[in-house]
Amino acid sequence: MLDQSYYDKTDEIIAEHGSDQASLIPIIQDIQTEYRYLPPELLNYVAGKLGINEAKAYSVATFYENFSFEPKGKYVIKVCDGTACHVRKSIPILERLYSELGLSEEKATTDDMLFTLETVSCLGACGLAPVMTVNDKVYPAMTPDAAAELIRELRGA
Amino acid sequence: MSYMTINNRRVTFTNERNVLSVIRKSGIDLPTFCYHSELSTYGACRMCVVEDDRGKIFASCSEVPRDGMVIYTNTPRLQHHRKMIIELLLAAHCRDCTTCAKNGVCTLQKLSRQLGITDVRFENNKKQLPKDMSSECVIRDPNKCILCGDCVRTCDEIQGLGILDFAFRGSKMQVTPAFNKDLAQTDCVGCGQCRAVCPTGAISIRQNVEPVWAALADKNIRVVAQIAPAVRVAVGDKFGIKKGENTLGRLVAALRRIGFDEVYDTNFGADLTVMEESKELVERLESGENLPLFTSCCPAWVKFCENRYPEFRKNISTCRSPQEMFGALLKEEARLNAEKDRQESRESRKTMVVSIMPCTAKKAEITRPEHFTDGEQNVDYVLTTTEITRMIQEAGIDLAQVQPEALDMPFGLSSGAGAIFGVTGGVTEAVLRRLAGSSRSEDLEEISFSGIRGVDGIKEAKVNLNGREVKIAVANGLGCAQELLEKMKAGEVHYDFVEVMACKRGCIAGGGQPVPIGPRTKKARLEGIYKIDSMAQIKLSNENPIVTTVYEGILKGKEHKLLHNEVN
Repeated sequence: MLDQSYYDKTDEIIAEHGSDQASLIPIIQDIQTEYRYLPPELLNYVAGKLGINEAKAYSVATFYENFSFEPKGKYVIKVCDGTACHVRKSIPILERLYSELGLSEEKATTDDMLFTLETVSCLGACGLAPVMTVNDKVYPAMTPDAAAELIRELRGA
Repeated sequence: MSYMTINNRRVTFTNERNVLSVIRKSGIDLPTFCYHSELSTYGACRMCVVEDDRGKIFASCSEVPRDGMVIYTNTPRLQHHRKMIIELLLAAHCRDCTTCAKNGVCTLQKLSRQLGITDVRFENNKKQLPKDMSSECVIRDPNKCILCGDCVRTCDEIQGLGILDFAFRGSKMQVTPAFNKDLAQTDCVGCGQCRAVCPTGAISIRQNVEPVWAALADKNIRVVAQIAPAVRVAVGDKFGIKKGENTLGRLVAALRRIGFDEVYDTNFGADLTVMEESKELVERLESGENLPLFTSCCPAWVKFCENRYPEFRKNISTCRSPQEMFGALLKEEARLNAEKDRQESRESRKTMVVSIMPCTAKKAEITRPEHFTDGEQNVDYVLTTTEITRMIQEAGIDLAQVQPEALDMPFGLSSGAGAIFGVTGGVTEAVLRRLAGSSRSEDLEEISFSGIRGVDGIKEAKVNLNGREVKIAVANGLGCAQELLEKMKAGEVHYDFVEVMACKRGCIAGGGQPVPIGPRTKKARLEGIYKIDSMAQIKLSNENPIVTTVYEGILKGKEHKLLHNEVN
């Protein structure tokens, strides 16, 4: 059960966008920005407020890779595995990060809630390949060592 | 009048909704998975593709007919595309047809055969998902889903429930309730309409055939069957009997042959319901409390009201449904007989009541605590029309060849009023007949023409009962019930009596009936039910002599205990 403050915040967000059915996506985007994830309880709550079936809201939220029902870490790392990054060896970077952070394809977030590791299909920065981002800050021309160093820095910060 | 050219033949059309309807009207049965005339057009399966004179290929379900169109439905390119679609569907589909619940009635299987698919070049490497066995009514097997969305649209557009929807995307897409919940954890009412439209085995009926076979083989159990009104106009479907024909006599004979000890008619239970519900309506009209009175015979509706409109729960009649009333009566009779046997130190057999129903929700109804009498279930098992068809086939009996037999006594008589419970508006008509209390044909006609017959979503009527105007509404399908309840909540409309049937057109199109249930089948079944009524000598429930007998006999002093819900 979520704290009442979550529902109050959600009410605020809904008030901002209006309770039109078309506002579903902007509303849940804002919720995700607020909490770094989309709590399932809030998705159902929003669906109720907007008069959308829970199954339909779930359908929308799962269609977009961006929405996550799991709480994400403080630093969200996205490793690009688009064609350009892939041929310039993004996978070794990803593997190094998995081992540094103790994560895997199934487990995306560290237990201390510091890091979440995801892959994306293209960040649109192919000229800087292989590229990764940490909370939307872009790190170009990465290597496995540089990635490991970055993790150490972030841990220290 | 406009015309188009289909396969070099001129075809006229008027206001058809799409090119597909024109093609089908012209006698070409273009295959589809995702097109249903009562649902919105989805255009996903691409089986209905056609080619125009410029070589453009489009889905005929999503194209408005235009004057002078030239189209072809079976060119080599189209044949190639359709085959490829089937092959790709099969590539990600469970291919255990022989053990599938929909074996023989599966559209995917039918079209594979029709389009001559002899080989699937691809291996099925799709991740296997668990089956959802949580519901007492239907089973969902996502591995057999072809993502046509028929169930999604039926649940949302027709029933107004929206339990199922697509989730995820691309190759990971699946149809599921929100957050992959089990159906039992959702507001699913078990109406089974999703199963009725599902073209494959992805949604099927929860089977109770095995325990019934076991009981039939057990000499120490007296197995009693009761047959619901809507079963007799549908059970002939798989035996080549004309759609909508009354096969009650044949079904009775077949049930005896497969071992049922006694066979009765739920229409008799319906007669009891009419008696009790009429009484309740008069009482409520007098006291003015809890109006309107809502009917209680449809378990999917009762569950829907509890889930979504709990404030109206008190308006639902305390009457048990016809199958439960009859079940309680049969069990009471058995208890009395057992008592007599004990006194005369004779061995007595245990009685098991099996209902043959058009409905999947009835399977859940019998396990609800308020439908127990003295701690015992009134009805032990519910078999849908589809399951009883399977049992008759398994026993090697051809229903079309069986000599019809009569129902057993003492409960084997029923009125036409009981028969029409199987269609929308039927319960209302039966209650009105009882309250009007006249069997003159002019009076009966006046009731049937008051506006309660027909297939409209919401029907309204006003009738005069002993000088008082009684306002009536009939909701045909849960989506329409929702619309009606919202209007009532807003205070826009007021009624004294409201009938709700969860399935559109009533039980004849129930979730347990043999599929496919197309518009023509529905029409034939509807006419079949009204024909049974018009042929019945007894039109009013209170004129059924057996009703009088049981009220003076077994039921005396126990009317409330046996015929009404203990908890309400």
